[in-house]
Amino acid sequence: MSRPLVCSFLLGIMLTLLMAPVLAQEPGQSPAADTLDAPTMLLESTADHRKFEQLSGPFESGPDVTRACLECHTEAALQVHRSIHWTWEYDQPETGQKLGKRFALNNLCLGIAGSEERCSSCHTGYDFDGADFDFTAEEKVDCLVCHDTTGTYVKFPVGGGHPPAEDRVFRGTLFKAPDLAEVAQNVGKTSRETCGSCHFEGGGGDAVKHGDLDSTLLSPAHSVDVHMSPDGLDFSCSTCHEFSGHIQEGSRYHVTAKAEGGISVPGRESERPSCESCHGTEPHDTRIHDKLNQHVERIACQTCHVPEIARGGMPTKISWDWSTAGERDEDGRPIVRKDQQGNVIYDGMKGSFGWDEDYPPLYRWFDGNMRYTLLGDRIDPGQPVEVNFPEGSPDDPRARIWPFKVMEGRQPYDTQFETLLLAHLFGRDDNAFWRGYDWDKAITSGMAEARRAGQTDATYSGSFDFVDTRMYWPVNHMVAPKEQALSCESCHSTDGRLADLPGPYIPGRDRHPWIEPIGWTAVILTLLGVLGHGGVRYWLHRRRYH
Amino acid sequence: MSSVRIFTLYERFWHWSQAVLIFGLLLTGFEIHGTYGLLGYNTAFSIHIVLAWALIVLWAFTIFWHVVTGEWRQYVPTHRGMLAVMMYYAYGIFSGEAKPYTQTPASKHNPLQRMAYFSFKAAIAPALWISGLLLLFYAAWRGTALEGLLPFATVAYVHVAAAFGLLVFIIGHVYMAGTTGDPWYAYLKSMFTGKKEGRSDSH
Repeated sequence: MSRPLVCSFLLGIMLTLLMAPVLAQEPGQSPAADTLDAPTMLLESTADHRKFEQLSGPFESGPDVTRACLECHTEAALQVHRSIHWTWEYDQPETGQKLGKRFALNNLCLGIAGSEERCSSCHTGYDFDGADFDFTAEEKVDCLVCHDTTGTYVKFPVGGGHPPAEDRVFRGTLFKAPDLAEVAQNVGKTSRETCGSCHFEGGGGDAVKHGDLDSTLLSPAHSVDVHMSPDGLDFSCSTCHEFSGHIQEGSRYHVTAKAEGGISVPGRESERPSCESCHGTEPHDTRIHDKLNQHVERIACQTCHVPEIARGGMPTKISWDWSTAGERDEDGRPIVRKDQQGNVIYDGMKGSFGWDEDYPPLYRWFDGNMRYTLLGDRIDPGQPVEVNFPEGSPDDPRARIWPFKVMEGRQPYDTQFETLLLAHLFGRDDNAFWRGYDWDKAITSGMAEARRAGQTDATYSGSFDFVDTRMYWPVNHMVAPKEQALSCESCHSTDGRLADLPGPYIPGRDRHPWIEPIGWTAVILTLLGVLGHGGVRYWLHRRRYH
Repeated sequence: MSSVRIFTLYERFWHWSQAVLIFGLLLTGFEIHGTYGLLGYNTAFSIHIVLAWALIVLWAFTIFWHVVTGEWRQYVPTHRGMLAVMMYYAYGIFSGEAKPYTQTPASKHNPLQRMAYFSFKAAIAPALWISGLLLLFYAAWRGTALEGLLPFATVAYVHVAAAFGLLVFIIGHVYMAGTTGDPWYAYLKSMFTGKKEGRSDSH
């Protein structure tokens, strides 16, 4: 071998040896990652629940698990007892109304009285099946529905909040009995799956109620939700809806309609989940003029940045007419009809439905106070009854323009007392509408249950009919990428989205009733004047010289 | 043929740059008003603001120039000779009568022009400026006592009404100043060259 060849050979070996550690690594992997072979859970929690003897099981029931949880988490149940997730009761501090699911009405399933056993499939507890439920029972708190990480824990729809003890079918869907010990040993933080198991399913099914909350948020595209998309910030619900002592931030009964505290920092009161808590009150580039940031004063972020309702690809329910309910086949089973897209447009148990997706919201001034028409409140049956409506006016500096999903309804009311009624829908006797299909009985029973539960003093006169109703659901989620935000013309035009909204002068939308006709008349007359004057001059000029 | 300098270089610069800015402001302004869609609201709005600032700067210099040179006197309205000028445009211009007014550097405008330009400078333009600045800086006086006296909508109405006034002025001005010289384009030409051709002196 010649000397140069030997030298380059040795150099090659040296280089290979030097580079070996680098080449051995996978691209993008840091050396430290190799040494961490422990489960990633340990990175987030200081406790491995698989090692707790109390959780070794087997467990007979949900409350058995809760008792085990409480052995260490001694105050957890008492904290949950103060949460609206448990109480279903909310004293609205500004309107003075008592709200929450046990008191408010809606135009979907009307109200829970009499039907608790069904409704409590979304209660953070067990055995809430009627007015006699003990709201102070610690072992009745359902820890797992929020803290399951296995995805196997499920409450049976008509099980009083319990998971199915064995595999059971409900209206064609199989509900598998969870291994409670397995679930208990794998508890963790809440997730969009746990929150979504109720909040995506509100109103009786996926995407039905809110229009901005449905199962597409489990893994949304960036274009659907910039915050929750795995391609975006990958937030879970509690990233913004912060919890402290099992009490969460955010309420649609009492919304922070105008967050002015700015970016939330330690030591300052947090206004999360308001957009401003992260984005501040001047989120836009100033550019030539600062007009976009000046909009923040009167327009909620959601108004422009959630441009449509139900953007994820699932339609939401926009109307529900109870008056047509009751059609059954010869075997007595409720008839179900679907449209071409597969949406249920008629269900003998519930009536007729309308659906829509990716459609513009309705815009209203909103000061954060949602006022409800409660049982016993006098209504005007001559026009659509607003079961709830956003308070606020353009003159109120606290109010801003907010987007709402409007839910149209048709539901029972008392023709003599002129009040809304609720009906006992689910139950084990013939009073329940879904058994007896007798409105009068269902209303009588439902109103009696409502009185028994302390929801109302109102009674039922015995005569009912159906009245058109309307609800306003604030639109907050499914924030679009900024390129998809509303354009100026969306509102600054005569037939734009704010065409019917009362309030301040909006350039491009508003016209003075006189200035416009007088102005254009003057312009046209001037134009005609100079054309006439010039025309005559030209004509005379030609006559003179030709 | 002699020629007299009527318009200085600065006057011509001011006139034509103002003309460009005003046409741009009208075009973008009526788009913001929702009369048509051409550039898109966002673009129209941004351009409108840039042009407005440019016009304000131009006017600041021009007011200074008028004060320093004393040329502001050119715009003081007078009734003397007004009737003759009006009669001329109503009748004489058709029958080929001589113009009842002669341009000189000391008195560039006939009484009708004086009145028209005065109303533009003293009424239409300030109305647009003041209302425009109030609209632009609404955030600074929103919710103050001023808004109690002067609602935002009123300011916007003044701005729009003045814009209509401006449009009417421009139509009349373009016709009168652009076509009624002798020959018909003489005034237009003098606003480019600054000079008045001798021929019209003979009238």
